[in-house]
Amino acid sequence: MNPLLTEPFLISLLYGAVTAGTPLLLAGLGEQMSEKAGVLNVGIEGMMLFGAYSGFVAAWYTGSFWLGFLSGALGGAAVAFIVLLLCIRRGLNQIVIGIAVTMGSQGLTALLHFVEFSRTYPRLAAAPVLALPYLSRIPILGKGLFSHSPIVYLSVLLVVVLTGVYRATYFGLSLEAAGNKPSALDAAGVDVIRTRSFAVLFTGFLAGLGGAYMAIVAAGLFVPFMTGGAGFIGIVLAMLARGRPVWVLVGATLFGVSLAMTTALQVAGLNVPTDVVQMLPFAVVMAVLVIFARHSMLPPALGLPYVRGER
Amino acid sequence: MVDASLRKVTKRFPGIVALDEVSLEFRGGEIHVLLGENGAGKSTLLGLLAGMQQPDAGEIVIDGKPVLIDSPRRSMDLGIGAVFQQLLLVPSLSVIENLMLGGPWWQPVKRAAALRRFGELATALAIRIDPHAPVTALSLGEQQQVEILRALWREEKMLLLDEPTSMLTPQGVADLGRMLRRLKEKGVALILITHKLLEAYEFGDRISVLRQGRLAGEIDPEHMRSLSEGERTAEVLRLMFGTAANDERRRGAPDLAALTGRKAHRARPIDRSKPPVLNVSALATERLVGETALREVSFELWPGEVLGIAGVDGNGQKHLAEVLAGQRAVAQGRISLAGCDVTRGRVPQRRLVGIRYVTDERLGEGTVGTFSVAINLLLKEIGAPPYWRHGVTDWSLIHASARDKIRDHDIRTPSERTPVGKLSGGNIQKVLLARELGADARVAILNKPTYGLDLQNQRLALERIDAAAARGVAVIVISTDLDELLEISDRIGVMFQGRLAGIIDNTADAERKIGSLMTGAKSAAAKSA
Amino acid sequence: MRKLRIADGPAAAVLRVLLPVVLALVVGGVLLLALGKNPLDYYAFVVERGILRRGGLQETLTRMAPILLIAAGLIVAFRAGIWNLGGDGQFLLAAVSAAGLAPVLDGVLPRGATLLLCMAAGALVGAIWSLAPAMLKARYGVNEIVTTLMMSFLGVSLSNVLIKLVLFDPATTVPQTRSLPVDERLPRMFGSTVHSGLLIAVVVLVLIHLLMTRTAFGLKLQVLGANRAAAVHAGERVERLTVLAFVLSAGLIGLAGAVEVLGVWGTVRADWNPAYGLLVVPLVFLARLNGYAVIGFTFFFSALMVGGESAAHRIGIPQYYVLVLVSLLLIFLALVEYLDQSRRKRLAV
Repeated sequence: MNPLLTEPFLISLLYGAVTAGTPLLLAGLGEQMSEKAGVLNVGIEGMMLFGAYSGFVAAWYTGSFWLGFLSGALGGAAVAFIVLLLCIRRGLNQIVIGIAVTMGSQGLTALLHFVEFSRTYPRLAAAPVLALPYLSRIPILGKGLFSHSPIVYLSVLLVVVLTGVYRATYFGLSLEAAGNKPSALDAAGVDVIRTRSFAVLFTGFLAGLGGAYMAIVAAGLFVPFMTGGAGFIGIVLAMLARGRPVWVLVGATLFGVSLAMTTALQVAGLNVPTDVVQMLPFAVVMAVLVIFARHSMLPPALGLPYVRGER
Repeated sequence: MVDASLRKVTKRFPGIVALDEVSLEFRGGEIHVLLGENGAGKSTLLGLLAGMQQPDAGEIVIDGKPVLIDSPRRSMDLGIGAVFQQLLLVPSLSVIENLMLGGPWWQPVKRAAALRRFGELATALAIRIDPHAPVTALSLGEQQQVEILRALWREEKMLLLDEPTSMLTPQGVADLGRMLRRLKEKGVALILITHKLLEAYEFGDRISVLRQGRLAGEIDPEHMRSLSEGERTAEVLRLMFGTAANDERRRGAPDLAALTGRKAHRARPIDRSKPPVLNVSALATERLVGETALREVSFELWPGEVLGIAGVDGNGQKHLAEVLAGQRAVAQGRISLAGCDVTRGRVPQRRLVGIRYVTDERLGEGTVGTFSVAINLLLKEIGAPPYWRHGVTDWSLIHASARDKIRDHDIRTPSERTPVGKLSGGNIQKVLLARELGADARVAILNKPTYGLDLQNQRLALERIDAAAARGVAVIVISTDLDELLEISDRIGVMFQGRLAGIIDNTADAERKIGSLMTGAKSAAAKSA
Repeated sequence: MRKLRIADGPAAAVLRVLLPVVLALVVGGVLLLALGKNPLDYYAFVVERGILRRGGLQETLTRMAPILLIAAGLIVAFRAGIWNLGGDGQFLLAAVSAAGLAPVLDGVLPRGATLLLCMAAGALVGAIWSLAPAMLKARYGVNEIVTTLMMSFLGVSLSNVLIKLVLFDPATTVPQTRSLPVDERLPRMFGSTVHSGLLIAVVVLVLIHLLMTRTAFGLKLQVLGANRAAAVHAGERVERLTVLAFVLSAGLIGLAGAVEVLGVWGTVRADWNPAYGLLVVPLVFLARLNGYAVIGFTFFFSALMVGGESAAHRIGIPQYYVLVLVSLLLIFLALVEYLDQSRRKRLAV
């Protein structure tokens, strides 16, 4: 019988895809709001990592998973606050500060972890799972898709909420203007700096939450540099999604499936080298970029600081 | 009844005092014109009222109370609406979405209420625009109308307009005039900023003249009505320029005749029996979103001739300039210079055969602001001998040659190594003119050469163009300033929706013909032979 | 308000460079204090081990070689306004290529030819790896931050695949390429342990600096990086220049990978990744893209890394701290630049 169609393989794949894809979804959704507002948040990797560490530490010491998630989100927002102060309020180069913040986060979290835990890697207990009633009893899909941490369901819900916000609120209009023609927004009496600041903080909040999820739920522990590029993938997802949250969901799913493929294949008894499978998602992204290069859509004011009245 | 006033307002920027103790009063139901040449401080004043900047000294008083206008929102709260020269509409949104910008952020958009308000204002001002249309589908005149709606959206109390006619057809100007008079009747205080004398008379009930940041003088409505046209002109000119002898900034007394209208055009001796130096036939460029491409442009140009290109902004002028210069590819048609087909070439090839281009975006495209004057003077010749030998730069030669050019063209700069972005607009233009109108130029294209310059530098630019034509250069001048074109051009072509609606000789009734061509009326008789 | 009257000359330039360094060291020191360690001990230790001891100094100099070359690559890219963040992938793939090719040529060709060909191969591989992002940017304006990062991840994974599946040495337990014997690697200089790759690196860096500042090509790249519209206006072949700058940049980074392998290790182990790609970015900015300044900063940075590694073993401050220091450096550098610029604007009345 085809090993790919067995129950263990499929469950492992689905479960793994959701686990791997959720932090990507959160990072992508967060980054999307920044990019809509015209901010290229290269530091999102640092925000995720810091969220991972602060989330882990909070969960470890308090024993409360919800405190852990909240702590992680706030940790990500704290890093975003630095970006806010330097890039949005002062106008420093977003890419330089983004790189700095990422490296700093990498170093700081690793350093703190070392100081706290020396060379041990303490594990958290398994995070609580919310098995959705009825849905979680469906064969295969039930265990694969509907028996996850509540954060997962919240993330998907967030896709719907954000779509509504972008389309039907004044804030959505403001974001569009901030990213396209900030001077028009300013003339309309809306504070461009404040709009962008909110977007950046929101990105940090979601990224931190995504990192916390990785540490608390997916891995159960913190390892230095554990986000492994998830933040950068979030940037790519946001750029390819052309302003629609649902496309971030699609992208995150695809990535999640690729990332989960190795383990799932091992479960199925096939031993494909990790590295080869790991290449898949990046190769797919590059292929997509090459094919759809002409249609890649970025807001014109992306990456440029806004200074009122400057000629 | 005074709605708003400025009392001894002063504003300084690094290196310049933009406004020096200016006091003005604005009344409802009156059109108050602020007149002054470029750089006199008019736009700064607008910026203060619109909340973009705050005064360094003095106060702004609205309805009797001193106020601090520290943001555009505050300005709007006070009932002040501003329409700037650069249109501030978000291109990716529709008209009504642009007008809805600024609502409380957490709330769902109240589209119905906005559409009602739109209907109200549009009817009152006789504006016919589809609120659901994307902004990019509107003409420049219509976009400006949307801006006016936006300025009046919350409250119709005070409206400021900065150079509103610069992008309108003569018909559009008439429409604007009618709208302003309607608003006047409703008691709105209207402030119009312009550098054009004729406009000031036509619209203004009250004229205040700004000169170098100071209020040079005011003509109130009664006074306006009592003077004859000639007296009015003389009075305004006296206020704008003062007595020339005391003013060390001017070289000599400005020619009043030159300023009242325009110099009469001096016909140039052009030998059209010889073959033209430039031949453009059925030229078309690729259509891109948000730009007006060329559809089918044909004309010929003779050495020593100045061909003016008139037309409202956005009818393909930019594409025309860029395709001739080689920055834009030819989609269809041919360009030949002195019989040689140069259609396939790009900028380096066009330059080689003598085509030069002075762009309207001086800092955005024409120069690199952070680089020195010396490098900018050679920006289009990087790698060419004698400044580069086998690719290696000879810096001492470059700087020496720059010093010569700076001297010859009277470019005011601390040194040849000064970043060009630090120079004033007029001097940056001098750099561009020095670079392009050199010895090897055969065809020169100039896009809005006098835009944003003060009068002296405007004169200079026009003189340089004249001198180039006298040397035998074939010149194309693209401009939205009809007076200027009528002064220097031998023939004038009108761009309309990507085509040359017609080319007419610069004779007595040229202006009338141009006006009708600008609105799209085609006349077989108007095309030149 | 007291106005700071700092002369706008060489003194100010030195201050603009020293101030961020000092601030970073101070804030980093505070962090160490907060963690219960003595910053002065750390810094003293780093200086001693990295510079003052003979062994440490040689190690520092050895470390400089790849960093100098990567810096050269970044100078080219940044001058042209290109964010080449794919350094890690370019470096590793080139290293693996050189490591794979070397044993093959070893018995066949004389030492000099082998080394030259392997270095060329490394540069070529690095350059090729940047072609996709280069063309996407040149022709379609696709943001190169995204594409170079993606290619970097791909490159790192691909090199591991190559080591584990294709080029591996069957005689070793840990997957690695077949080793190049010590005698066949880049020769040592002046009786020290420092290999001649350092000399190559310095020469190349100086050449690149001269290329940028004294040739038409360099000036064209600078125009492109400063104002793309002006470059088009000036008639530069912008697409071609973009690809050239990219390829040159990645080629230099590839050369760095080859030199590191041929000079130091002789082999590439699976999962080896010094991750210099991002670390060198602040160095290059601090040096204001000036080649000579880069040499100075690289020296101190390498000393910091060597000393820091030693400190990690002896004092118990892990190498992660260096990352924090470097990021602080970058932030303070950006801040000092910004303050300097606004000071200029204010004083220019």
